This record gives sequence, structure tokens and C-alpha cells, in this order.
Amino acid sequence: MNGADTAFVLVSAFFVMLMTPGLAFFYGGMVRVKSALNMLMMSFISLAVVSVLWVLFGYSLTFGPDTGGLIGNLDHAGLSGLSPDSLTEQGGIPLLAFVLFQMMFAVLAPALMSGALADRVTFGAWAVFLTLWATLVYFPVAHWVWAEGGWLRELEVIDFAGGTAVHINAGIGALAAVLVVGERIGFTKDPMRPHNLPLVVLGAALLWFGWFGFNAGSALAADGTAATMALNTQIATGAALAGWLAYERLRHGAFTTLGAASGAIAGLVAITPAGASVNAMGALVIGAVAGVVCSWAVGLKYKLGYDDSLDVVGVHLVGGLVGTLLVGFLAVDGVGGPAQFGKQALGAFSVLAFSFAVSWLLAKLVQATIGFRADPDDETAGVDQAFHAETAYDFTAVGGSTGRDPGGPPAPPGTAAAPETAPRPGRATKVDA
Amino acid sequence: MKLLTAVIKPAQLDEVKEALRAFGVQGLTVTETGGYGRQRGHTEVYRGAAYTVDLVPKVRVEVLAPDEDAGQLVDVVVKAAHTGKIGDGKVWVVPVENAVRVRTGERGPDAL
Repeated sequence: MNGADTAFVLVSAFFVMLMTPGLAFFYGGMVRVKSALNMLMMSFISLAVVSVLWVLFGYSLTFGPDTGGLIGNLDHAGLSGLSPDSLTEQGGIPLLAFVLFQMMFAVLAPALMSGALADRVTFGAWAVFLTLWATLVYFPVAHWVWAEGGWLRELEVIDFAGGTAVHINAGIGALAAVLVVGERIGFTKDPMRPHNLPLVVLGAALLWFGWFGFNAGSALAADGTAATMALNTQIATGAALAGWLAYERLRHGAFTTLGAASGAIAGLVAITPAGASVNAMGALVIGAVAGVVCSWAVGLKYKLGYDDSLDVVGVHLVGGLVGTLLVGFLAVDGVGGPAQFGKQALGAFSVLAFSFAVSWLLAKLVQATIGFRADPDDETAGVDQAFHAETAYDFTAVGGSTGRDPGGPPAPPGTAAAPETAPRPGRATKVDA
Repeated sequence: MKLLTAVIKPAQLDEVKEALRAFGVQGLTVTETGGYGRQRGHTEVYRGAAYTVDLVPKVRVEVLAPDEDAGQLVDVVVKAAHTGKIGDGKVWVVPVENAVRVRTGERGPDAL
């Protein structure tokens, strides 16, 4: 066992853990004030649900012994057979460090989709969809890409840290779910501008920071590959941020803060599959292209009419495709070329097709059984109050509605009566922008 | 007594306050508000989508005045709020039946 590698991978796992709360802030600041808490919770719940799934069967399905190149078996369900002395195949680090590191990826991936479904799905249905999606979409696809015997890994598709397995996968999954759930009430009519941009920037910054663990940590060793990946992560992200802002200034006339935050994420997404295989100039190209292309792609939802509320498709799917496809040509050491590009395209589009189909079916299943969509009244009033019995900010000095109810216990949250009877701090002064 | 209400550009509030103080007005009430007049708001582009902003941010200033001051007060407010650009706002005056100072119970013009 190598102590330096082990320390590096463990710390990287801690970095990646921080990405999920970072994502929660990134998305949470982007929604309207009435659903800010729900947006935070949609990410946060993944830390609970997927951590449990990962131990029960997720790790085993993803990295357990291969079955036909498609999925692992259940040999390691409940992490059976793994002891503190178990080492990875290369022998560098304890297997449990790898289990923890990959657990954080599995937590983050489904949470990415939540931004597309902002403001309008019931929290319970989201938790169920999250469980199904992690199990039937993420675990298999991560197996294809990373596990010994996985068919995309055998094909030598380059996906170092998850451009295909995480970002294309979650991006197209989000699109499928949006097509089932439908658009927010008022989509294209109301501005629906972000309610707290400093929170968005805070979230983007946490994601950026955590992403060093995500990308460099994927080397699973404190070596030159990790250093390359970390450096390229920074280069591509800076270039993408600049590219996004430049495009936005030319097209729409302003350098928006939201654009800066989104541009950074687009660069991080695009370099994720590619960063270990390209040089610094390659990272610069990938970042700049991702910044400009994603900035253009977030406008597609208005043209094509799907309400990808916080641009999960425009940033994660499109950014993931940019990185996954460009590395086919930009990979160094004689790897890049038409043949590698073909492999990259095959990998990307296989995941696209599989993830879209299964995600769509799972969303339909949730919709048809327990119902995915929030009640229109709850959606209009704000799902924070309906599902969490809270509001994000209480700035009102009057507070006329916050007194104790003398008549019996409070109504259970989420019932039809709750919006009328539950305490509603600040209701009188809340103006939704 | 009269109630003077002015809906003005937020940036003009300081000038209006100063002008009212210089005139000798003892008190006023200010509310942040929004609305539109003949300009009918404007269009903004954000994140690739164009939106009409039809409720433009405004400030509403309310002043109670004795009958004899009301006419002059309107001129003072209009002068201070004026920029000459679109969206400068509006000032209007309505009669007030009574007013009471809560602390002392004084009524009518004495309460102002």
C-alpha cells in the first residue's frame, strides 16, 4: 500500500463530497425564492439515498465482478468481502478508499439532474426517481465506463473522470425526466430569474474546488497524471468562463454573473473526460469551445420548448459531449485521431441512447404510480412550504402570521390543507421576481 | 388638509426628501413600489430569453399638508423629481377628512 496515494485519494473523496452541497447552492441560488429550500434538498437528499444504495448494492453492481460487460454482480453487496486490508488491483490504495471516492461520484451524478426539474416535482417522487435512476442507469453506465470488463472500457473509450458516465448520463437523463414532467407553470412567460446570485457563485466556487478531487483524484495516485489533470482542470475552466462571458457579451450585451458561474461549470464538465489525455493547449481549446458552445446551447430550451429549468442539458450534456468528442482528436501520445474519435462518439451515443430510454421509462413509472408533478397550487405558492414547511428567508419585521396556533397541533406538511393553515412567515411581503 | 402622493424614480428620492425638508415639511412616508405609465415598461434580455419588465421599480412618497401649502408642495416635488426622461412618475393630491397624532391625540392640522 502506498501511503501518499491513499492520503491523496481519501482527501479527494472529501473534496468530491463537498461538490454535492456546492451543487445545492449553485442550483439553490438560481431558482425563485419560493423553492430555494426544495432545490437545496433535492441535492442534499442524494447524500442520504445514494450513500445507502452504494453500500447495499451500488458498489457491487458498479465494480463487482463483470457480467457480460454490462453490469457487476452482487458478490460485494453490503460491501461483503471488503476488509481494511483489501487493496485495489494495482495495489496502491485500500479498496475502501476507492469505495468512498466512487460513492461520492454516485451521490453527485443523480443530484445533477435536479436542476432541470426545479420548482415543480414532489420531494417524495424525486427521492424515488433518484433511487431508481442510480440503480438502473448510473450503476450500469459507470460499470461500462470504469469497471474491469465494462464494455466501453474494453473498447478504450477515454472517460477519465466521468464526462460520459456522469455528465452526459445525467444531462440526457434530466432531459428525459423533463419531457415526462413537463414545463413549469409560466415557463417562457415569467422571467424566473435567479433569486440569489451570490449563492450561485458560492456554489460554483465550491464545485470548482471539489472538482480538483473529482478529476485529479480519479488518477487514484498522487502522480504525474493527477498533476496533469489538476492543471488542465484549471486551464479549461478559466477558458470556458472567459468564452461564455465573451459570447454572452456579444449576443446579449452583458457579462452576467450567472454566465460566469455557468461558464466555469461548463469548462469543468468538458475537461472531466479529457484532462488526463490532453496537453495544456488541448485543455485550453476544450475549455474555450465548451464555454462558447454551452452558452449558445442554454438558449435551445426556448427554441425547442423543453423546460430544462437550470440548464442541466445545456451545460452538462452539451459540455460532456464537447469534452468527450474533442478528446478523440486532441488526445496526445498518438492516441487522438479519427479512430479514437469514432470510439468516443460510440461511447457517448451509447450512453445517450441507453440513459435517455431508461430515464424516460423510470420517470413515466414514477409519474404513473405515485405522481411526479407537484400540485399546481403548491407549485404556484412555492414547493418549499408545501413539502418542507419552511421558507428560505424570513426578512419580515411584521411577522403577523408566525404566532403559535392555539387550536391544536399543526397540520402535517404536504397535505392539501397545509398551505392555508401552516404558519407562513413573510407571506404578506414576499414578492416573487 | 391634503394628501400628496408622488410616485417617482428611486434615484430621485434623495432630492425630493431634501426639497421637502427645505420647504418645511415635518414628516413623510416612503414605500418601495412598482408600476408603469405610458412608457409601458421595457424589454430585457437575460440568459438568451427576452422578457418585458412591465412593473418598473418606483418609490411612492406620501405627505400630509395643510390646504394652503398643497399647491406649492406639488411644484416642489415635481421640480425635485424631474429628470426629463421617460418614467419620471406622477404626483397627485386628494382631500383628507381628518388626521390624528397618535401620541397626543391632537386632531386636524395640529396633528401634521
